[in-house]
Amino acid sequence: MSLPATRWMTGWGLFARQGRELQSESLEAASVSAELSRGLGRSYGDSSLPAAEQSTLLCTTLADRILGFDEATGLLTGEAGLALHEIHRLLMPRGWFAPVTPGTQFVTLGGMVASDVHGKNHHKEGCFGDHVTCLRIRLGSGEVVSCGPDERPDLFWATVGGMGLTGHILEVTFRMVRIPSPWIYQESRRVPDIESFIAGLKESGPDWPMTMGWIDCVSGGSALGRGILMRGRWAEPTEAPAKFPAMPPRVTMPFFFPAWALNPLSVRAFNILYYWKHLAREKRGIVSPWGFFYPLDAIHLWNRMYGRRGFTQYQCVLPESAGQGAARRFLELLVKLGGASFLCVIKDCGAEGRGLLSFPKPGISIALDLPLRDWTQRVVNELNAFVIAEGGRIYLTKDTLTLPADFARMEPRLQAFDEVRRRYDPARRLRSHQSERLLDPATKEQA
Amino acid sequence: MKTAILGASKGMGRALARVRAERGDDIVLLGRDLAELERSAADLRVRTRGTVSVLACDLEAPDAFPETVEALFGAGRIDNFVITAAHFGTQEELEADPVRARRLLTANLSNTIELCERARVAMLAQGGGTLCVFSSVAGDRGRKPVGIYGASKAGLSHYLEALDHKWRASGLVTICVKPGFVKTGMTAALKPPPFAGEPEAVARQVSAAIDRGTPLIYTPSIWRWVMLVIQHLPRFVMRRISF
Repeated sequence: MSLPATRWMTGWGLFARQGRELQSESLEAASVSAELSRGLGRSYGDSSLPAAEQSTLLCTTLADRILGFDEATGLLTGEAGLALHEIHRLLMPRGWFAPVTPGTQFVTLGGMVASDVHGKNHHKEGCFGDHVTCLRIRLGSGEVVSCGPDERPDLFWATVGGMGLTGHILEVTFRMVRIPSPWIYQESRRVPDIESFIAGLKESGPDWPMTMGWIDCVSGGSALGRGILMRGRWAEPTEAPAKFPAMPPRVTMPFFFPAWALNPLSVRAFNILYYWKHLAREKRGIVSPWGFFYPLDAIHLWNRMYGRRGFTQYQCVLPESAGQGAARRFLELLVKLGGASFLCVIKDCGAEGRGLLSFPKPGISIALDLPLRDWTQRVVNELNAFVIAEGGRIYLTKDTLTLPADFARMEPRLQAFDEVRRRYDPARRLRSHQSERLLDPATKEQA
Repeated sequence: MKTAILGASKGMGRALARVRAERGDDIVLLGRDLAELERSAADLRVRTRGTVSVLACDLEAPDAFPETVEALFGAGRIDNFVITAAHFGTQEELEADPVRARRLLTANLSNTIELCERARVAMLAQGGGTLCVFSSVAGDRGRKPVGIYGASKAGLSHYLEALDHKWRASGLVTICVKPGFVKTGMTAALKPPPFAGEPEAVARQVSAAIDRGTPLIYTPSIWRWVMLVIQHLPRFVMRRISF
């Protein structure tokens, strides 16, 4: 078959690189000639982008079959391109939900494994990889193997959170969970500052399966880190409406916002409005799972909001060892740097993921959007310096701009990951723009 | 309702099988590769309370058609028989390889018509049914990029129209589906033109056409108007454009 033409590809943050993209219903056949697999392109930075213009990537979205679902155990096997929203569309009405979901359901199973995604229930349920029982992978060496926690565990835990660099994920088996109803009981409250925020998350953790918050990252001083704390649980059938929650119609962002639309004034206005929209100090009640888990999915292509140049998301975790004040110092630094973000998400993380490069570890995770501008690199560098000093790390799935030296300083597990990669892909056939930038900067210089 | 589909492992056939399964049809998947069909059957079983079975059928092996049709119709009434399977090749590929061109013409035209003829007899014997066959807009006008592939589809459309005229009164409904450009594995290497469609939307439209017995549908619908314009372009224009 002839090679597909070179074209521009982007992640969700619209950072673009050129390369070739194969599409096929058969991942097993098509993965032979590809350097990397990618799904729906929801990682923000360059994780799913080609290392070089001649690189061929395999887009998995045509391989979207469910290969088996066991109603007795909840075990579901799907091809890597199967999307989470399709799983929910089919199985939520029958009382099943993904064990862990990220903030969008427009992700594929392969992508969820490669990013080892986490969600509002991380403090209880860990990452997605903790619920995966088996993977089928085409290795860089060309061989197709299966792995799981008990079969080639070294390969398995390097693939979970391994950004697709250990092999092409072909099939994923994981355990779905039973839900009492498809609705959510949610409590939300306005929180005046960062200290009460962290206390609120901590206090809610033991009793609430899902917690998270949105913080106003523009206001400083005594209002620093104020925001809305949300906690939820699946509603019981007795308190939930009888009908299935309708998925809201998706509005499409019809064009790219002009660059000037995002300015300190509009961002400040948005943050203040968002805070005061929650007029009552505390609200409680039954809400739709779509709005609860996937508020941004309601706007198709919302990433156009940051203009054609796009944006990056900065997400870091500040470990418990950094102490109570770390989050405040981080936000103070952010306000000082003027890193304007419409929304900033905060969440307490549970146990460290078992994936060799999984992002979460016990502490506080903060995520914010930064438009790609001339100053963005400087802001990322300064935030990274802070995170390194506090013993934290960043989330590869969101990253576009971190420098390799900085990443090495926050990632003591890098060598262990590299050893597994060497074992299963000695010729280093699998690579992404991100791996060339952060994991193998030396090879890039040679090439 | 029982729907049999040849070519349901991929693309529009896969999407159509899902639409029919999710509304409760019993499904029979026909195709070359039984292991591949079983994987598709597993996907459909999660989506339907109806039954899903598989049956080997190769569009390039017409000698086995009688046996296949007998096995298919012998197991009970088939309400809808759908053929989405076909060969595809770009004009350059087919010009460079005349043997491949002959294989494509044989499979897409002669063999497809033979299979339809055998299905016609079986359907008339059971008292009627719907035969839904995927042709293509490529058969509507001789165009540079789809000369040979288009010829196979032009012949097929022609046959399907006559079939519908002749047998509708006897209970056999024939539906000719003319997809425009649809984003599937088959077209993945091509640059999508304006109005490119998604297989799911096509599947919903085709399923509705099966329910209503619409003899000819363009899908996505906009392609009816696109093709109307192209059919009326003068030859001197067609010679100049590459579309």
